Amino acid sequence: MTGNGKNNTVLEVNDLRTYFYTDNGIVKAVDGVSFDLKKGETLGIVGETGSGKSVTALSILRLIPEPPGKVVGGEIIFNGSDLLKLRKRDLQKYRGNRISMIFQDPMTSLNPVYTVGNQLIESVVIHRKLKKEEAVKEAVRLLQMVGITEAGNRLSSYPHEFSGGMRQRVMIAMAIANSPDILIADEPTTALDVTIQAQILELVDEIKKKTNSSIILITHDLGVVAKYAERVMVMYAGKPVEFSTVDNIFYRPMHPYTLGLMNSITRLDEEKREKLKPIKGSPPSLIELPAGCTFRNRCKFYSDECRKGFPPMKEVEEGHFAACYMAADILKNRAAKDNIDG
Amino acid sequence: MIMDDDKKVKKVGTAAIPDELEIEGKYSRSSLYKDAWKRLKKNKLAMLGLGIVIFLVILAIFAPLIAPYDPNARVKEDSALGPSSQYWFGTDLLGRDILSRVVYGSRISIEVGIVAVGISVGLGLFFGALSGYFGRWPDAVIMRVADIFFAFPYILGAIAIMTILGSGIVNIFIAIGVLGWAYFARIFRGSILSIKNKEYIEAARALGASNTRIIVKHIFPNAIAPIIVYATMNVGTAIIVEASLSFLGIGVQPPTPAWGKMLSESLSFIDIAPWMMLFPGLAIVITVLGFVLLGDGLRDAFDPKMKN
Repeated sequence: MTGNGKNNTVLEVNDLRTYFYTDNGIVKAVDGVSFDLKKGETLGIVGETGSGKSVTALSILRLIPEPPGKVVGGEIIFNGSDLLKLRKRDLQKYRGNRISMIFQDPMTSLNPVYTVGNQLIESVVIHRKLKKEEAVKEAVRLLQMVGITEAGNRLSSYPHEFSGGMRQRVMIAMAIANSPDILIADEPTTALDVTIQAQILELVDEIKKKTNSSIILITHDLGVVAKYAERVMVMYAGKPVEFSTVDNIFYRPMHPYTLGLMNSITRLDEEKREKLKPIKGSPPSLIELPAGCTFRNRCKFYSDECRKGFPPMKEVEEGHFAACYMAADILKNRAAKDNIDG
Repeated sequence: MIMDDDKKVKKVGTAAIPDELEIEGKYSRSSLYKDAWKRLKKNKLAMLGLGIVIFLVILAIFAPLIAPYDPNARVKEDSALGPSSQYWFGTDLLGRDILSRVVYGSRISIEVGIVAVGISVGLGLFFGALSGYFGRWPDAVIMRVADIFFAFPYILGAIAIMTILGSGIVNIFIAIGVLGWAYFARIFRGSILSIKNKEYIEAARALGASNTRIIVKHIFPNAIAPIIVYATMNVGTAIIVEASLSFLGIGVQPPTPAWGKMLSESLSFIDIAPWMMLFPGLAIVITVLGFVLLGDGLRDAFDPKMKN
């Protein structure tokens, strides 16, 4: 699913499948995810809890706990090699160095027994041979970069002496310590309060622009995606259902699930204040996925065709992919409606 | 601002960004152990415990210089003399100086306490780490073997091992050390299980840390607290078990002085010659207390949140 300008692509995920083998059966947490990430781009991955966003992210760095989890198929092409085929030792050279990750909860992501400086320096020296003084300087530079004042003094503080927002800044500093090509932010602001959320996201955005790295931003907050992402992948029940630019996703959604998502958020650009329309029903169990389209039980465009099999991801219009048999019709109707409205 | 420790936030002029010289002067890359030592020093009770332990170690090493008499020689034809200016702790049934015997007895107790518990802790940490971190079949095998060890009563197990190996101090180390590992393995396994799923372990892995590094640097310091406490309490138990073995005649062989042995020898004379029991008893109490205080302090010292 690579668009044009393939040489610009830093990461390519093809048909990724990550399953969890539990006592109750096989949970297909990620089942056939494909996407590409371009240099300097922010890719948003949205979906509800359990849709496979985080598992996708963890699979890229092969951080899935084994057992019970296992990446059972697909390929993750980074820098010309398939991360899934790398030996563990080689993979460790990529982690935190070329690809790094920011986790959801900053309160628990820092080791409580080490000072912030100690942990920052560790993240630097794991991958770079630096003298002690150089590493300290680098740590101070990183702390300043993420906007922590009096960085020199703060190095000897322990994580519990920092607030949540500051800890997340430290996590970001650790993640960018080696100027990674890709930064995976797994719901980086979910555990923070709203004002801090904005600061952290601005920071991530700023760092991306400074370092020209690519970002995979995982969130369930559509507002965040609208503001910071260039392209968006919408996931449902372990599969991508729509993938396109942020404008297409928000203004011309063509998968019924994306449509439903858009109807269930408040919009300031609407004149009439309408009631939010939640999507009826709940997502299917990932153990016993229904045959055919997994969304069909909640879908208002449901037809017999949807029983046949999960609809393949199709490029319905240029750079706009959707996994729905009705996608083209939905788009056509929208165009007609827009014509009448306009 | 969460940081409220005034000592740490030194003003760096008005500029928010400190210049480089200032940074180098102020931040020395503090290691976990250096910081723990700093915190330990602040804890008076822990320092008392450390003092007692160091005192005992010195006592054990320099026993020949400190003891006023030969511990095995009859210094007085009259047996069971009470404490006097000549024999501070009195003499025992055979007319041997109790003070000298207590001083020499520290050798056995300290050795048993440290070496035997050291063996237990070493084995326990190794198998506990293997079990907790890797799970699956190593876990199953190790924990089932531990179950077998749990099934043996401690003393009975020790008797069995001593009978096979023969009496002697080295065999006491082995018996007590080997029998105790299962407890440490269980405790360490439990701590690891709770810590290995913490987000900071995942974060360390995402930073590219290897398995060894994660175990040694991230899991170990967080999981060690209960081990320290249990180990120090176990020193007392080990000393008592050694005493029991000696009492049963398969431990330290007479006339080698050992506190436990002295206790059991004087048991029948508690109403006529209480000092015979009092001094070795006190020695055991003080030793165990010293280790417990130290252990308690160590546990706190490894937790940065337990400031002051």
